[in-house]
Amino acid sequence: MPLAKVKIKISDFNFYYGQVKVIKGVSVEMLAKNVTSIIGPSGCGKSTLLRCFNRMNDLIPGARAEGRAEIEGVDILGPQVDVVELRKRVGMVFQKPNPFPKSIFDNVAYGLRVNDITDRLIIEKRVEQSLRSAALWDEVKDRLKDNALNLSGGQQQRLCVARALAVEPEILLMDEPASALDPIATARIEELIVELKKHYTIVIVTHNMQQAARISDHTAFLMQGELVEYGKTSDIFTKPRKKLTEDYITGRFG
Amino acid sequence: MKIKQLKEVLGFLALRLCMVLVMAILVVVFWDIVTKGGGAVSWELLTQPPKDGMTKGGIFPAIVGTLLVTLMTALLAVPLGMGCAMYLNEYALDCKFTRFIRMSIRNLSGVPSIVYGLFGVALFVEACNFGTSILSAGCTLGLMTLPLTITASEEALKAVPRSYREGALALGATKWQSIRTNVLPYAVSGMLTGTILGLSRAAGETAPILFTGAAFFLPDLPGSLLSQFMALPYHLYILSTQHHDTALVRPLAYGTALVLLILIFIMNLFAIILRSRLRQMKKE
Amino acid sequence: MKIKRIKEKVVEGLFFLNGLIVIIILAGIFLLLLKNALPGLKEIGLMEFLATGYWNPDAYGKATYGALSMLVSTGMVTIGSLLIAVPLGIGTAAYLSDVASPRVREIAKPVVEILAGIPSVVLGFLGIVLVGPLLAKLTGTYNGLNAINGSILLAVMALPTIISLSEDALNSVPRSYAEASLALGANKWQTVTQVKVPAAASGIVAACMLGMGRAIGETMTVLMATGNAAQFPTGFLSSVKTMTSTIAIELGEVAYFTTHFYMLFSVGLVLFLITFVINLISDIVFNKHMKMLK
Repeated sequence: MPLAKVKIKISDFNFYYGQVKVIKGVSVEMLAKNVTSIIGPSGCGKSTLLRCFNRMNDLIPGARAEGRAEIEGVDILGPQVDVVELRKRVGMVFQKPNPFPKSIFDNVAYGLRVNDITDRLIIEKRVEQSLRSAALWDEVKDRLKDNALNLSGGQQQRLCVARALAVEPEILLMDEPASALDPIATARIEELIVELKKHYTIVIVTHNMQQAARISDHTAFLMQGELVEYGKTSDIFTKPRKKLTEDYITGRFG
Repeated sequence: MKIKQLKEVLGFLALRLCMVLVMAILVVVFWDIVTKGGGAVSWELLTQPPKDGMTKGGIFPAIVGTLLVTLMTALLAVPLGMGCAMYLNEYALDCKFTRFIRMSIRNLSGVPSIVYGLFGVALFVEACNFGTSILSAGCTLGLMTLPLTITASEEALKAVPRSYREGALALGATKWQSIRTNVLPYAVSGMLTGTILGLSRAAGETAPILFTGAAFFLPDLPGSLLSQFMALPYHLYILSTQHHDTALVRPLAYGTALVLLILIFIMNLFAIILRSRLRQMKKE
Repeated sequence: MKIKRIKEKVVEGLFFLNGLIVIIILAGIFLLLLKNALPGLKEIGLMEFLATGYWNPDAYGKATYGALSMLVSTGMVTIGSLLIAVPLGIGTAAYLSDVASPRVREIAKPVVEILAGIPSVVLGFLGIVLVGPLLAKLTGTYNGLNAINGSILLAVMALPTIISLSEDALNSVPRSYAEASLALGANKWQTVTQVKVPAAASGIVAACMLGMGRAIGETMTVLMATGNAAQFPTGFLSSVKTMTSTIAIELGEVAYFTTHFYMLFSVGLVLFLITFVINLISDIVFNKHMKMLK
């Protein structure tokens, strides 16, 4: 394993929806500027775990976390944490592309504006940078004023990536970002992810095992809220240590 | 087997008759008012005050009065209704307290309008010392309209996809920022539409304004918020029951009824146009 | 960043207060009615108020404040209106939910909405000029301003509520119920009457109760169309003066803070309590119904 900095660390992490325990004692260290994928059968708690890293689960009434979760050694669960600040550092791309019904430009600029950046020039520069990073600039540079909803599904998802990048996060969470896209659009998103890991720490939830194998450096296999196995992606897919993992990746269930 | 089929045919026929009857009621109402009121509606009716003991002239002060009091109603009901809907849909947790608020709203919508009138007398006319005035009547109607505005506004908020809120929050927007910039703009058309429909109900109400500000007859237009006013529904009530010669002023009463219906119709139309306009704007 | 957090808290607090207002209003209505009713009730006594029938505030000597005749009058027109509106409303709702084509439904929906939007004063007016003369001719009475007239108009007022809520209740019955019935060889009529309506029964009852609440509290139509004779009603052809009419007629003429004034608030209080209880029960029944079908 190359010497890399631990970016996200959770230990003995439990998560509850009301009385139901959905994440059970998970401990994982995720490395900086790496792609870590979380795989597992649907309903295993992948998305829930992902949404703990930017506290999006706070929106769900009755949701409650237990244990430790840190980014760069700093706790992110406590009541003293400024959730808004946290979410600026931890960007998120959702399962279904969710551009706002605004212009392409305003979509990307949204995160800047709500964070009180008002300088027109800075905003324009960042929008262009972000769109370039998301490999969308060439396709939309002549129609930045168009409504984002007119873009194709794949373009919309890359726009959402650009929107997240504009805030200059350190970590990018992706919740099955390609599940609503066709194969060509999926391929472009995957290329993008590989490109982005030069600068960002990426955690991606996917139900597509080939995708996890193609793009991620590390893989966590989650089942019924428990972490079954975590390690280098190549190890997980070629020589899994657990029988359960092998059964899952060979398609015996899930 | 035959009887079974006959029963079905007759049964459905009876149901259909029910619906035809309901539609017929509406047709009769409009037919009567429009045919008999149409002749009474003239330029004079719309622009002149009542003359000669309300046997001649028009209903101009009543039209203005109704518009003014509806405006006052809006001033109270719109912000309060929208705010309450935003609290319920965006902030409130699904707890006992919230359910209690919702139950209160449903109950408020069932409180008889005359009871709102009594409440208006006790609170606005007396306790707040607004006297019988546009202010008192508008506030009374405003409270009465509140349940409708809240419900309509909440529907509009519910129609905004959750992903707009989540997307904004994930970008580091605060809750209020996400609501203000990414929820309200898309809900406002629906909120206004529902609110205007609620206001059109208020414009046609009589019982709550009977003792809170509506006047039998005023030669002049109301000068301030604290003046009394004439109102179309109250005027219709006066003309058809309290006038010394109700038969003589029947055409005027029909005219008033038609104008009132038209006013309400225009408000409804306005709401519908507003909705489609704002929808179009959103698309562009 | 501190400022941002404080601002958030302030905004949330304001909205919370805004939500609280609804409860304050409801409680305020009750308390203000009570405050203005108590002095009168103390003087007259609850028994005389509710159990005697002579409401004669202007009498020489001792004024009397018995509300029984108005209670009965309100009850009569309400029952009369339900006799018309319940079968008609449920029939229409059943037609719309189970028989009508989508196109008919498309037309019928706005019809019901518009019906609900007609101001009560306009219906009251039609009670005088249209229903009254017709009833006078049919029954041989003087002007047709009586309990039947009021019942008919109240039925029109209650219909939209009954129709739309009953339709909601019928539509909430899972499609699988009807499918199971049809699969067993029942025809559509049997399915509607023996499966769907019974399954939606509690919802329909709640709808009718809400319609009843509307009818009890409705003012202008009964004020204009029932004649308002201050007497104990003798039948549906007699002129009646309901609770709402009494308030509407007399509060405009009464001097504030007299026994008469307080007693009118007492009538209002009774009216409020009756409708409150009816609405509450219908609310509970409706929610139970919806929960059960989930």
